[in-house]
Amino acid sequence: MDIPYTVEARPDTGVFNAKLGVWLFLASEVMLFGALFSSYVLLRTGAAPGTWHHGREFLSVPLATLNTLILIASSVTMVMSWASLKLNNFKQYRVYMGLTILAGLGFMVVKAFEYGHKFEIGLFPKSNTFLAIYFTLTGLHGLHVLGGMIVNGYFWGPGAKLWRTQPERFTNRIEVAGLYWHFVDLVWIFLFPTLYLL
Amino acid sequence: MPFFVWAQFVTSFLLLLAFPPLEAAGVLQLMDKLAGTSFFLPSGLVVSGQQLAVAGGGSPLLWQHLFWFLAHPEVYVLILPAFGIVAEVIANNTRKPLWGYRLMVYAVTFLGFMSFIVWAHHMFMTGMGTVMSTFFQTTTMIISIPSVVILTALVISLWGASIRFTVPMLFALAFLPMFAIGGLTGLPLGLAPADIHLHDTLYVIGHFHYVVAPGTIFAMFAGIYYWFPKITGRKMSSLLGHIHFWPSFLFINGIFFPMLIQGMAGVQRRLYDGGASYSHAQGVLHWNVFMSISAWLLGLSQIAFIINLFWSIWKGKKVDSNPWGATTLEWAAAPSPPVAHGNFVEVPTVVRGPYDYSLPGAAQDFTPQHQEA
Repeated sequence: MDIPYTVEARPDTGVFNAKLGVWLFLASEVMLFGALFSSYVLLRTGAAPGTWHHGREFLSVPLATLNTLILIASSVTMVMSWASLKLNNFKQYRVYMGLTILAGLGFMVVKAFEYGHKFEIGLFPKSNTFLAIYFTLTGLHGLHVLGGMIVNGYFWGPGAKLWRTQPERFTNRIEVAGLYWHFVDLVWIFLFPTLYLL
Repeated sequence: MPFFVWAQFVTSFLLLLAFPPLEAAGVLQLMDKLAGTSFFLPSGLVVSGQQLAVAGGGSPLLWQHLFWFLAHPEVYVLILPAFGIVAEVIANNTRKPLWGYRLMVYAVTFLGFMSFIVWAHHMFMTGMGTVMSTFFQTTTMIISIPSVVILTALVISLWGASIRFTVPMLFALAFLPMFAIGGLTGLPLGLAPADIHLHDTLYVIGHFHYVVAPGTIFAMFAGIYYWFPKITGRKMSSLLGHIHFWPSFLFINGIFFPMLIQGMAGVQRRLYDGGASYSHAQGVLHWNVFMSISAWLLGLSQIAFIINLFWSIWKGKKVDSNPWGATTLEWAAAPSPPVAHGNFVEVPTVVRGPYDYSLPGAAQDFTPQHQEA
């Protein structure tokens, strides 16, 4: 049995089904990160005066800036990979998708150096509440990056077989994977100023 | 769309958006357990005379906020489908359209939206501050309006109908006053000053159970009796249904109404000896015996339901596809029990609203949604 609306948009929702599904999933993700950001706000504003530690005491702004640039660049390459498929250029898709995955890997490597350095000088999640929320938020975000890399890796490798049989459907898959990737990028755009700068 | 479908639609959004904050609370809790953080433990916390060796700086209130942000929408997850079931059963058994269908749909949507901004009315006594309490008691009073709108629309739907007192209809009719008691007893709890007296008393237990026991559970029974022929092609026994309904209706009140009395007398829910050594509880504690007997009898009357359910699966009276004369697609356009795969033998086209009962000039007192005039 054919599953309807995998390629063309459903008339009542205006999008194809997978896209609607990803938007709903992202809505729940917004609530997840929203709750954690709210917890951060509540803990910080509720801390006794003078006891709150600030990110700039521990964190490296240059490294985080580098990571911000890497992630923004990966969002661009993600869009380019989708656009390549729209232009029927599968080779170019592979290049851009590969770059996206490499950028994700780069982000994780930089993050690993940051974490490693913290642990080296004895800064752990239990050291203070700022570091606790820092490790929780960036850790969860890191897991999201990892998840995105796995999905993108699948579409770069074995998942790409679908291109030969159902190119439109494959293109749509890249589009919704891209929506997720942009969301992960966006979370970082919020994490960077709230943890490193403020 | 049938009102039940609207109710389920709103419920799905509540589930989708209310659970992630609990997930966040779970993540923080996991960090507390594994990484030694103290998101929920304040500095200088003393347990059994010993200061806890934790990093501190956390907030127990944070846990409550995250928890109730899930748990308040969650109670609407319990009650909205019940509204939907009761609306379907009432429309079918009054043989006339629901009164104020459009209004009910607006109300249920508004209810879903409001359910996200009332959570801290569970926390008036936590010391979160009067400004917060004022805000949340205001939103709580506002959210009671759409519930009353829905309930009123259902009551008005009964007006002038020649009601069929089938078993599902009995449960649906019992739902109305029972849920009304549940809802109205919630108002004093939603007002911060009254809550100071009633907080954590048996009154809260009574209120909550009036909402979900004769509320949600009665609606579920109505739904089971109503859709049983859809699932099995057989009807449940009406006699056993009556034997199930009347004692249940009686004894469920026998359990929960005295709780309201005890709670108003100030009996807390977590007194270690059940209140035996508290003077303010002495006047009302004797109700416990009455409530216990009611609880046992309520349990016993469920036996009729269990027997009915299993007996009817194999031995129930066989019925045709649409035994209740319903208009909605699941009855009118599909066989009961359903065919093995797919809902419909032939995909129907909907040409009319879900509640076209007793149309003037129609051949029968219901006109299915997919039937052209």
